[in-house]
Amino acid sequence: MQIPYTIEERPDTGLNNSKLGIWVFLASEIMLFGGLFSAYVFLRMAAPAGDFAYWGSKLSIPMATVNTLVLISSSVTMIMSWVSLKMKDFEKYKMYMGLTLLCASIFLVIKYFEYTGKFHHGIYPSSSTFMGIYFTLTGLHGLHIIGGMIVMGYFWLPAGYKMWTSEPEHFTNRIEVVGLYWHFVDLVWIFLFPILYLL
Amino acid sequence: MSDHDNGHIEDHIRVYLTVFGALAVLTLLTVAASYMDISTTEAIFLALTIATVKASLVAGYFMHLINEKQTIIWILTLTFIFFLFCMFIPMITVIDHTSLS
Amino acid sequence: MSNDSHHKENFLQKYIFSVDHKIIGLQYGITSLLFLLFGFCLMMVMRWQLAYPETPVPIVGGLLGETGILMPEIYNMLGAMHGTIMIFLGIVPLAVGAFGNYIVPLQIGAPDMAFPKLNAASYWSYFVGGVIMLTSFFMPEGAARSGWTSYPPLSIFETGQTMWLIGMVFLITSSLLGSMNFIVTIVQLRAPGMTWFKLPFFVWAQFVTAFLLVLAFPPLEAAAFLQLMDRVASTSFFLPSGLVYSGATVDVYGSGSPLLWQHLFWFLAHPEVYVLILPAMGIVGEVIANNTRKPLWGYKTLVYSIVFLGFMSFIVWAHHMFLTGMGQAMSAFFQTTTMIISIPSVAILTAFFISLWGASIRFTTPMLFALAFLPMFGIGGLTGLPLGVGASDIHLHDTYYVIGHFHYVVAPGTIFGLFAGIYYWFPKMTGRKMSEALGKLHFWPSFIFMNGIFMPMFIQGLAGVSRRLYDGGQLYAHAQDVLQWNEFMSISAFCLAAAQIPFIINVFVSMFNGEKVDRNPWGATTVEWSAPSPPVPHANFEGDVEVYRGPYEYSVPGAEKDFSPQTEK
Repeated sequence: MQIPYTIEERPDTGLNNSKLGIWVFLASEIMLFGGLFSAYVFLRMAAPAGDFAYWGSKLSIPMATVNTLVLISSSVTMIMSWVSLKMKDFEKYKMYMGLTLLCASIFLVIKYFEYTGKFHHGIYPSSSTFMGIYFTLTGLHGLHIIGGMIVMGYFWLPAGYKMWTSEPEHFTNRIEVVGLYWHFVDLVWIFLFPILYLL
Repeated sequence: MSDHDNGHIEDHIRVYLTVFGALAVLTLLTVAASYMDISTTEAIFLALTIATVKASLVAGYFMHLINEKQTIIWILTLTFIFFLFCMFIPMITVIDHTSLS
Repeated sequence: MSNDSHHKENFLQKYIFSVDHKIIGLQYGITSLLFLLFGFCLMMVMRWQLAYPETPVPIVGGLLGETGILMPEIYNMLGAMHGTIMIFLGIVPLAVGAFGNYIVPLQIGAPDMAFPKLNAASYWSYFVGGVIMLTSFFMPEGAARSGWTSYPPLSIFETGQTMWLIGMVFLITSSLLGSMNFIVTIVQLRAPGMTWFKLPFFVWAQFVTAFLLVLAFPPLEAAAFLQLMDRVASTSFFLPSGLVYSGATVDVYGSGSPLLWQHLFWFLAHPEVYVLILPAMGIVGEVIANNTRKPLWGYKTLVYSIVFLGFMSFIVWAHHMFLTGMGQAMSAFFQTTTMIISIPSVAILTAFFISLWGASIRFTTPMLFALAFLPMFGIGGLTGLPLGVGASDIHLHDTYYVIGHFHYVVAPGTIFGLFAGIYYWFPKMTGRKMSEALGKLHFWPSFIFMNGIFMPMFIQGLAGVSRRLYDGGQLYAHAQDVLQWNEFMSISAFCLAAAQIPFIINVFVSMFNGEKVDRNPWGATTVEWSAPSPPVPHANFEGDVEVYRGPYEYSVPGAEKDFSPQTEK
């Protein structure tokens, strides 16, 4: 027996199951990062005056600015990959999805250099509460990037083409849902960047 | 969502690219603003305002929230209310603390 | 994604890694009942020590070392794990994972949950979390012993906590995935005609519960990561500067805050206690309606109350923290929200009581448990009031009064609701009824001994006996007059254990030899009773489901039978 509204929308809610599902999941993610942001506020207040500003100044603003632009670009390429599917252009989809994966990889590479740069200078999560929350927030964010890349990678490889040829509308919806997740990851970074690097 | 046809799509693409441009500009703006000589409170307020604008653009246009269904809007509104509680109440309990004096 | 079972499933697919919500519900049910039993046993060992201090514990004494006496460190371990296991491995998986999973799709007329594979993943994540928690007992230094509340700084330095935190991450993940599934299922998969205000109260209860889980658990997951880092990565999120432990200054950066943990923990843990009670309230509603042969009084009141209750539960958490030094303004805020939250609870309980008025009550076993729930939850709720008011909480915080309060709500409260559910829905799951005689033999002693354990706790708490004391208050002058209750409570606990034996026998014997019944032995109106017993694998119903009326159309004037099923034209 088929589960209804997996692909087509339910008339009264106007949604299919995955769309609602991903938004509920993103709601829980808002609370997850919210808990960590709340911790940041609390820890900043508990720290001696100027402590967070001091440790924050050790972060590289240029690297993070580049990363912000890279992630925003990946959001655009992500939505363009979905648009390509809506226009029934699988080759364009592959190109844009590939670009998204590339941007995500660049983000992670820059992050890698950021982290190893810190370790090289003997700065670890334990070095201060600022560094602790910095590594935790960006680390958790990074894990979300990796998770997203795994799912996007799966849909980019042959499995994607197989799904596209057998159930194009379902596949398009899946990419839309992945896109929503990816935009959320971008959203979190939009707040992380000023809070950690600029304030 | 089968209510898009090719002509319509071109408009959407234009919107996405415009938003992309706005986001890039706002990013550079937020970096520039951080070098301004203002108090910490003002800096926080400014940075968060710009971040909120950027986030609204991503949420509104990339995530299609601008014309999303009521169910989703309700869930997000509820989430946002609890998010605010989680963010601010702990902070306030520390500011408003008992003292021996 | 089609879910057709045209292909033959092998044993693994059908029973172990099944994606059918009914099998998953049963998996949750069996696992959680075993954990409840285990958690109960942990408590009995503790109660032996409280009643007969420093005497060897019978039966399991051998596991406790050569003397067989329960040592203080192990007492703390049993206490922390009793709480953890009962809440996260026992009650929530049973109330939400088992009952929710099995019954909700049936009551809304759906073939399964919205995401069957995710459902299976939720169960297995719970299973892994449970294995990790159990394994922690066998680690060299044993399981966690910093209370289920895991307050730092103690929890940062005490043993067993790392496994606890890792286990919690799996359990939280399981809950998050599961509650996501519930929300989408209830919104999207209601059968034609099943409008929001035709939903059974049980479904509303599960719906609100799912929101509590999905929005309140993540901050605890965040906090668990932070605590894990404090333990293994030498960070100091929760450690203040200048902390001295075991005579030496702790070598961390400091400037962290133990209060931060408390806020993040209770932000979840308060909604969590509503997660513990709401499904049981839902079950009690179903059973009362069915056994009074009348509609529930105040259906809309019940629905609005439970939604309001869910919302309020997010903004009362710091009433667990009145003694942490917050100022008058915030204290007043939380006292106010806490008083307000008692209103919907009272509304719900009142509606249930009024539902009994003028009813033709059938005193079946599920109904006995449902009826007992009412005064028991009443006592639990009323005793919460002095705890919610700051002034009296100063005296009662961290005493046995608190233990009495929350156990009344969860033990003769929720657990009785869950027992009612087991007796009520057993025929749907198996096609057989449980024995009424054994059921009554289970109910009456359970009811008496539950009160025997928990009522004296109020007396001890009012006298000032603190909780989590290894010797139960022996060394304190203010406790001397109430110490004699320890033995009374412990004996009640052992008798309560014995009273569960008829239940265990009943479950197993009735599965094979119980009275065979048709698909609707209770004459109930809700949709699950129109499915065969057990319902069709992967489809539940034999044809399309359409809903024509509300959930509790009992004794409708002019109708043929004294109940009008939702799915009957």
